[in-house]
Amino acid sequence: MDKRNKRKKGIVAAAFPHTIPVLTGYVFMGMAFGILLASKGYGALWAFAMAVTIYAGSAQFVAVGLMAAGFDPLGAFLVTLMVNARHVFYGVSMLERFKSYGKAKLYMIFALTDETFALHCSAKPPKGMSEERFYLAISVLDHLYWIVGCTVGGLIGGAMSINTLGIDFVMTALFVVIFLDQWKKKQNRTPALIGLGASIVCRLVFGPNWFILACMAALVILFSLFKKPLDREVRE
Amino acid sequence: MTTLEAIIMVAVFAAATFITRALAFALFPAGKPTPKFVVYLGRVLPFAITAMLVVYCLKNTVILENPHGAPELLAILLVAALFLAFKNSLLAIAVGTVAYMLMVQVLFA
Repeated sequence: MDKRNKRKKGIVAAAFPHTIPVLTGYVFMGMAFGILLASKGYGALWAFAMAVTIYAGSAQFVAVGLMAAGFDPLGAFLVTLMVNARHVFYGVSMLERFKSYGKAKLYMIFALTDETFALHCSAKPPKGMSEERFYLAISVLDHLYWIVGCTVGGLIGGAMSINTLGIDFVMTALFVVIFLDQWKKKQNRTPALIGLGASIVCRLVFGPNWFILACMAALVILFSLFKKPLDREVRE
Repeated sequence: MTTLEAIIMVAVFAAATFITRALAFALFPAGKPTPKFVVYLGRVLPFAITAMLVVYCLKNTVILENPHGAPELLAILLVAALFLAFKNSLLAIAVGTVAYMLMVQVLFA
Protein backbone atom coordinates (compact mmCIF):
# COMPACT_ATOMS: atom_id res chain seq x y z
CA MET A 1 0.00 0.00 0.00
CA ASP A 2 2.83 2.37 0.96
CA LYS A 3 4.67 1.63 -2.25
CA ARG A 4 1.54 2.20 -4.27
CA ASN A 5 0.90 5.53 -2.60
CA LYS A 6 4.45 6.63 -3.26
CA ARG A 7 4.15 5.75 -6.93
CA LYS A 8 0.88 7.64 -7.15
CA LYS A 9 2.50 10.70 -5.60
CA GLY A 10 5.34 10.44 -8.11
CA ILE A 11 2.92 10.44 -11.02
CA VAL A 12 0.99 13.44 -9.71
CA ALA A 13 4.25 15.28 -8.98
CA ALA A 14 5.38 14.69 -12.57
CA ALA A 15 2.04 15.75 -14.05
CA PHE A 16 1.36 18.79 -11.87
CA PRO A 17 3.90 21.28 -13.33
CA HIS A 18 2.43 20.75 -16.81
CA THR A 19 -1.05 21.63 -15.54
CA ILE A 20 -0.16 24.97 -13.89
CA PRO A 21 -1.30 27.13 -16.86
CA VAL A 22 -4.61 25.24 -16.89
CA LEU A 23 -4.88 25.63 -13.12
CA THR A 24 -4.92 29.43 -13.46
CA GLY A 25 -7.14 29.35 -16.51
CA TYR A 26 -9.69 26.94 -15.07
CA VAL A 27 -9.94 28.55 -11.64
CA PHE A 28 -10.49 31.98 -13.26
CA MET A 29 -12.86 30.72 -15.94
CA GLY A 30 -14.70 28.39 -13.58
CA MET A 31 -15.24 31.22 -11.12
CA ALA A 32 -16.57 33.45 -13.88
CA PHE A 33 -18.99 30.66 -14.84
CA GLY A 34 -20.13 30.07 -11.26
CA ILE A 35 -20.71 33.80 -10.68
CA LEU A 36 -22.66 34.10 -13.94
CA LEU A 37 -24.78 31.02 -13.18
CA ALA A 38 -25.54 32.28 -9.67
CA SER A 39 -26.74 35.56 -11.17
CA LYS A 40 -29.44 33.52 -12.99
CA GLY A 41 -30.62 31.95 -9.75
CA TYR A 42 -28.66 28.67 -9.86
CA GLY A 43 -26.29 28.50 -6.89
CA ALA A 44 -23.04 26.71 -6.06
CA LEU A 45 -24.57 23.23 -6.00
CA TRP A 46 -25.67 23.62 -9.64
CA ALA A 47 -22.25 24.97 -10.64
CA PHE A 48 -20.65 21.98 -8.93
CA ALA A 49 -22.97 19.46 -10.62
CA MET A 50 -22.44 21.01 -14.05
CA ALA A 51 -18.65 21.11 -13.60
CA VAL A 52 -18.61 17.42 -12.65
CA THR A 53 -20.97 16.11 -15.35
CA ILE A 54 -20.67 18.46 -18.35
CA TYR A 55 -17.07 19.67 -17.91
CA ALA A 56 -16.86 21.96 -20.93
CA GLY A 57 -15.97 25.65 -20.70
CA SER A 58 -17.69 27.21 -23.67
CA ALA A 59 -20.67 24.79 -23.59
CA GLN A 60 -21.31 25.61 -19.92
CA PHE A 61 -21.28 29.34 -20.64
CA VAL A 62 -23.80 28.79 -23.42
CA ALA A 63 -25.78 26.56 -21.04
CA VAL A 64 -26.21 29.45 -18.59
CA GLY A 65 -28.16 31.36 -21.22
CA LEU A 66 -30.23 28.30 -22.11
CA MET A 67 -31.03 27.54 -18.46
CA ALA A 68 -32.26 31.10 -18.05
CA ALA A 69 -34.34 30.89 -21.25
CA GLY A 70 -36.52 27.96 -20.16
CA PHE A 71 -37.10 24.22 -20.68
CA ASP A 72 -36.07 23.16 -24.20
CA PRO A 73 -34.08 19.90 -24.11
CA LEU A 74 -33.97 19.38 -27.88
CA GLY A 75 -32.72 22.91 -28.50
CA ALA A 76 -30.18 22.50 -25.71
CA PHE A 77 -29.00 19.20 -27.22
CA LEU A 78 -28.48 20.64 -30.72
CA VAL A 79 -26.78 23.83 -29.54
CA THR A 80 -24.39 21.85 -27.34
CA LEU A 81 -23.53 19.50 -30.22
CA MET A 82 -22.68 22.53 -32.37
CA VAL A 83 -20.68 24.39 -29.73
CA ASN A 84 -18.65 21.24 -29.01
CA ALA A 85 -18.30 19.97 -32.59
CA ARG A 86 -14.56 20.70 -32.53
CA HIS A 87 -14.15 17.98 -29.90
CA VAL A 88 -14.67 15.34 -32.60
CA PHE A 89 -11.23 16.33 -33.88
CA TYR A 90 -9.61 15.81 -30.49
CA GLY A 91 -10.87 12.26 -30.51
CA VAL A 92 -9.36 11.72 -33.96
CA SER A 93 -6.00 12.96 -32.65
CA MET A 94 -6.11 10.75 -29.57
CA LEU A 95 -7.29 7.53 -31.30
CA GLU A 96 -3.82 6.03 -31.52
CA ARG A 97 -2.70 7.04 -28.02
CA PHE A 98 -5.83 5.87 -26.20
CA LYS A 99 -5.95 2.61 -28.16
CA SER A 100 -4.00 0.61 -25.60
CA TYR A 101 -5.51 2.27 -22.53
CA GLY A 102 -7.54 0.21 -20.09
CA LYS A 103 -10.07 1.20 -17.47
CA ALA A 104 -9.21 4.90 -17.56
CA LYS A 105 -10.01 5.26 -21.27
CA LEU A 106 -13.69 6.11 -20.90
CA TYR A 107 -13.00 8.78 -18.30
CA MET A 108 -10.20 10.27 -20.39
CA ILE A 109 -12.52 10.52 -23.41
CA PHE A 110 -15.14 12.22 -21.21
CA ALA A 111 -12.52 14.62 -19.83
CA LEU A 112 -10.99 15.60 -23.20
CA THR A 113 -11.50 19.37 -22.97
CA ASP A 114 -9.73 21.95 -25.15
CA GLU A 115 -7.09 22.58 -22.51
CA THR A 116 -6.55 18.96 -21.50
CA PHE A 117 -6.28 18.01 -25.15
CA ALA A 118 -3.61 20.70 -25.60
CA LEU A 119 -1.65 19.34 -22.62
CA HIS A 120 -1.94 15.79 -23.93
CA CYS A 121 -0.33 17.06 -27.11
CA SER A 122 2.51 19.00 -25.49
CA ALA A 123 3.39 17.22 -22.21
CA LYS A 124 5.53 14.08 -22.27
CA PRO A 125 5.77 11.61 -19.37
CA PRO A 126 9.18 11.21 -17.67
CA LYS A 127 11.20 8.13 -18.67
CA GLY A 128 9.98 4.90 -17.15
CA MET A 129 6.59 6.25 -16.08
CA SER A 130 3.36 4.71 -17.32
CA GLU A 131 2.08 6.95 -20.11
CA GLU A 132 -1.54 6.10 -19.33
CA ARG A 133 -1.24 7.08 -15.66
CA PHE A 134 0.67 10.26 -16.43
CA TYR A 135 -2.02 11.49 -18.85
CA LEU A 136 -4.78 10.28 -16.53
CA ALA A 137 -3.24 12.39 -13.74
CA ILE A 138 -3.30 15.44 -16.04
CA SER A 139 -6.96 14.77 -16.90
CA VAL A 140 -8.01 14.36 -13.26
CA LEU A 141 -6.05 17.42 -12.04
CA ASP A 142 -7.60 19.62 -14.75
CA HIS A 143 -11.09 18.35 -13.90
CA LEU A 144 -10.51 19.12 -10.20
CA TYR A 145 -9.37 22.68 -10.98
CA TRP A 146 -12.53 23.20 -13.01
CA ILE A 147 -14.81 21.80 -10.30
CA VAL A 148 -13.15 23.97 -7.63
CA GLY A 149 -13.31 27.09 -9.82
CA CYS A 150 -16.99 26.64 -10.75
CA THR A 151 -18.07 25.85 -7.18
CA VAL A 152 -16.14 28.72 -5.61
CA GLY A 153 -17.59 31.03 -8.29
CA GLY A 154 -21.08 29.83 -7.37
CA LEU A 155 -20.41 30.58 -3.70
CA ILE A 156 -19.00 34.04 -4.46
CA GLY A 157 -21.80 34.82 -6.91
CA GLY A 158 -24.35 33.87 -4.27
CA ALA A 159 -22.76 36.24 -1.76
CA MET A 160 -21.99 39.39 -3.81
CA SER A 161 -22.00 40.87 -7.30
CA ILE A 162 -18.70 41.26 -9.16
CA ASN A 163 -17.80 42.76 -12.50
CA THR A 164 -16.32 39.81 -14.39
CA LEU A 165 -16.47 41.52 -17.78
CA GLY A 166 -13.48 40.40 -19.81
CA ILE A 167 -12.48 37.49 -17.57
CA ASP A 168 -13.14 35.05 -20.41
CA PHE A 169 -9.99 36.44 -22.06
CA VAL A 170 -8.14 33.93 -19.90
CA MET A 171 -9.12 31.30 -22.47
CA THR A 172 -7.74 33.39 -25.34
CA ALA A 173 -4.50 33.97 -23.44
CA LEU A 174 -4.19 30.25 -22.72
CA PHE A 175 -4.52 29.28 -26.38
CA VAL A 176 -2.13 32.04 -27.50
CA VAL A 177 0.49 30.62 -25.13
CA ILE A 178 -0.12 27.06 -26.37
CA PHE A 179 0.06 28.29 -29.97
CA LEU A 180 3.44 29.99 -29.36
CA ASP A 181 4.71 26.88 -27.60
CA GLN A 182 3.77 24.66 -30.55
CA TRP A 183 5.25 27.21 -32.97
CA LYS A 184 8.75 26.50 -31.59
CA LYS A 185 8.84 23.21 -33.50
CA LYS A 186 9.35 23.88 -37.19
CA GLN A 187 7.30 20.93 -38.43
CA ASN A 188 4.20 22.24 -36.62
CA ARG A 189 4.21 25.55 -38.44
CA THR A 190 2.60 24.63 -41.76
CA PRO A 191 -0.44 22.94 -40.13
CA ALA A 192 -0.68 25.85 -37.67
CA LEU A 193 -0.70 28.42 -40.48
CA ILE A 194 -3.28 26.40 -42.43
CA GLY A 195 -5.47 26.35 -39.31
CA LEU A 196 -5.03 30.08 -38.73
CA GLY A 197 -5.78 31.03 -42.34
CA ALA A 198 -8.75 28.69 -42.67
CA SER A 199 -10.38 29.81 -39.43
CA ILE A 200 -9.98 33.53 -40.17
CA VAL A 201 -11.44 33.12 -43.67
CA CYS A 202 -14.29 30.92 -42.38
CA ARG A 203 -15.09 33.38 -39.56
CA LEU A 204 -15.32 36.26 -42.09
CA VAL A 205 -17.41 34.27 -44.57
CA PHE A 206 -19.71 32.22 -42.28
CA GLY A 207 -20.05 34.46 -39.20
CA PRO A 208 -19.48 33.67 -35.51
CA ASN A 209 -22.01 30.83 -35.13
CA TRP A 210 -21.25 28.62 -38.13
CA PHE A 211 -17.57 29.10 -38.72
CA ILE A 212 -16.33 26.25 -36.52
CA LEU A 213 -18.26 23.65 -38.55
CA ALA A 214 -17.20 25.29 -41.81
CA CYS A 215 -13.61 25.46 -40.64
CA MET A 216 -13.59 21.79 -39.64
CA ALA A 217 -14.75 20.83 -43.13
CA ALA A 218 -12.21 23.20 -44.70
CA LEU A 219 -9.37 21.72 -42.63
CA VAL A 220 -10.19 18.15 -43.66
CA ILE A 221 -10.26 19.23 -47.32
CA LEU A 222 -7.04 21.28 -47.08
CA PHE A 223 -5.15 18.57 -45.22
CA SER A 224 -6.22 15.94 -47.73
CA LEU A 225 -5.02 18.18 -50.58
CA PHE A 226 -1.63 18.73 -48.94
CA LYS A 227 -1.27 15.22 -47.54
CA LYS A 228 1.90 14.25 -49.38
CA PRO A 229 4.21 17.14 -48.40
CA LEU A 230 2.71 17.49 -44.89
CA ASP A 231 2.87 13.80 -44.09
CA ARG A 232 6.58 13.86 -44.91
CA GLU A 233 7.20 17.09 -42.96
CA VAL A 234 5.47 15.88 -39.78
CA ARG A 235 7.25 12.52 -39.87
CA GLU A 236 10.72 14.12 -40.12
CA MET B 1 -38.17 25.75 -14.87
CA THR B 2 -38.85 23.22 -12.13
CA THR B 3 -35.90 21.54 -10.43
CA LEU B 4 -36.58 18.34 -12.36
CA GLU B 5 -36.61 20.23 -15.67
CA ALA B 6 -33.32 21.91 -14.75
CA ILE B 7 -31.79 18.52 -13.92
CA ILE B 8 -32.94 17.17 -17.30
CA MET B 9 -31.35 20.18 -19.03
CA VAL B 10 -28.01 19.57 -17.26
CA ALA B 11 -28.16 15.87 -18.24
CA VAL B 12 -28.79 16.88 -21.87
CA PHE B 13 -25.79 19.26 -21.88
CA ALA B 14 -23.64 16.49 -20.40
CA ALA B 15 -24.82 13.85 -22.88
CA ALA B 16 -24.34 16.08 -25.94
CA THR B 17 -20.83 17.06 -24.79
CA PHE B 18 -19.86 13.42 -24.23
CA ILE B 19 -21.18 12.44 -27.66
CA THR B 20 -18.88 14.94 -29.40
CA ARG B 21 -15.90 13.68 -27.41
CA ALA B 22 -16.62 9.98 -27.94
CA LEU B 23 -17.72 10.07 -31.59
CA ALA B 24 -14.29 9.44 -33.11
CA PHE B 25 -13.67 6.51 -30.76
CA ALA B 26 -17.05 4.99 -31.65
CA LEU B 27 -16.39 5.36 -35.39
CA PHE B 28 -12.88 3.91 -35.21
CA PRO B 29 -12.84 1.22 -32.49
CA ALA B 30 -9.54 0.17 -30.93
CA GLY B 31 -9.82 -3.44 -32.13
CA LYS B 32 -9.63 -2.49 -35.81
CA PRO B 33 -6.79 -0.70 -37.61
CA THR B 34 -7.59 3.02 -37.99
CA PRO B 35 -7.59 4.21 -41.63
CA LYS B 36 -4.22 5.75 -42.52
CA PHE B 37 -5.80 9.03 -43.56
CA VAL B 38 -7.46 9.39 -40.15
CA VAL B 39 -4.14 8.70 -38.41
CA TYR B 40 -2.51 11.39 -40.56
CA LEU B 41 -5.32 13.83 -39.69
CA GLY B 42 -4.79 13.05 -36.02
CA ARG B 43 -1.16 14.04 -36.40
CA VAL B 44 -1.57 17.37 -38.20
CA LEU B 45 -4.86 18.58 -36.71
CA PRO B 46 -3.69 19.55 -33.18
CA PHE B 47 -1.61 22.47 -34.46
CA ALA B 48 -4.35 23.71 -36.78
CA ILE B 49 -6.92 23.38 -33.98
CA THR B 50 -4.93 25.54 -31.56
CA ALA B 51 -4.96 28.33 -34.15
CA MET B 52 -8.68 27.72 -34.71
CA LEU B 53 -9.32 28.01 -30.96
CA VAL B 54 -7.56 31.39 -30.80
CA VAL B 55 -9.84 32.62 -33.59
CA TYR B 56 -12.81 30.93 -31.86
CA CYS B 57 -12.12 32.91 -28.66
CA LEU B 58 -12.01 36.12 -30.70
CA LYS B 59 -15.05 35.33 -32.85
CA ASN B 60 -17.25 38.06 -31.35
CA THR B 61 -14.61 40.80 -31.48
CA VAL B 62 -15.99 43.98 -33.04
CA ILE B 63 -13.50 45.27 -35.60
CA LEU B 64 -15.50 47.82 -37.57
CA GLU B 65 -16.75 49.83 -34.57
CA ASN B 66 -15.00 51.45 -31.66
CA PRO B 67 -12.63 50.27 -30.10
CA HIS B 68 -11.85 48.24 -33.26
CA GLY B 69 -10.55 45.19 -31.43
CA ALA B 70 -7.82 47.24 -29.74
CA PRO B 71 -8.19 45.60 -26.27
CA GLU B 72 -7.93 42.12 -27.82
CA LEU B 73 -4.94 43.01 -29.99
CA LEU B 74 -3.05 44.79 -27.21
CA ALA B 75 -3.71 42.04 -24.67
CA ILE B 76 -2.61 39.30 -27.09
CA LEU B 77 0.60 41.20 -27.87
CA LEU B 78 1.21 41.57 -24.13
CA VAL B 79 0.64 37.84 -23.54
CA ALA B 80 2.98 36.91 -26.40
CA ALA B 81 5.69 39.35 -25.30
CA LEU B 82 5.59 38.19 -21.68
CA PHE B 83 5.60 34.52 -22.65
CA LEU B 84 8.50 34.90 -25.10
CA ALA B 85 10.52 37.10 -22.73
CA PHE B 86 10.07 35.14 -19.48
CA LYS B 87 9.06 31.66 -20.74
CA ASN B 88 6.41 31.76 -18.03
CA SER B 89 2.91 30.88 -19.18
CA LEU B 90 1.31 31.55 -15.79
CA LEU B 91 2.64 35.13 -15.69
CA ALA B 92 1.67 35.78 -19.31
CA ILE B 93 -1.89 34.49 -18.89
CA ALA B 94 -2.57 36.23 -15.56
CA VAL B 95 -1.12 39.63 -16.50
CA GLY B 96 -2.70 39.51 -19.96
CA THR B 97 -6.16 38.73 -18.57
CA VAL B 98 -6.04 41.40 -15.87
CA ALA B 99 -4.82 43.94 -18.45
CA TYR B 100 -7.69 42.97 -20.76
CA MET B 101 -10.26 43.28 -17.98
CA LEU B 102 -8.95 46.75 -17.07
CA MET B 103 -9.13 47.78 -20.73
CA VAL B 104 -12.74 46.67 -21.33
CA GLN B 105 -14.01 47.78 -17.90
CA VAL B 106 -12.17 51.10 -17.53
CA LEU B 107 -10.00 52.27 -20.41
CA PHE B 108 -12.33 51.51 -23.36
CA ALA B 109 -15.57 51.46 -21.39
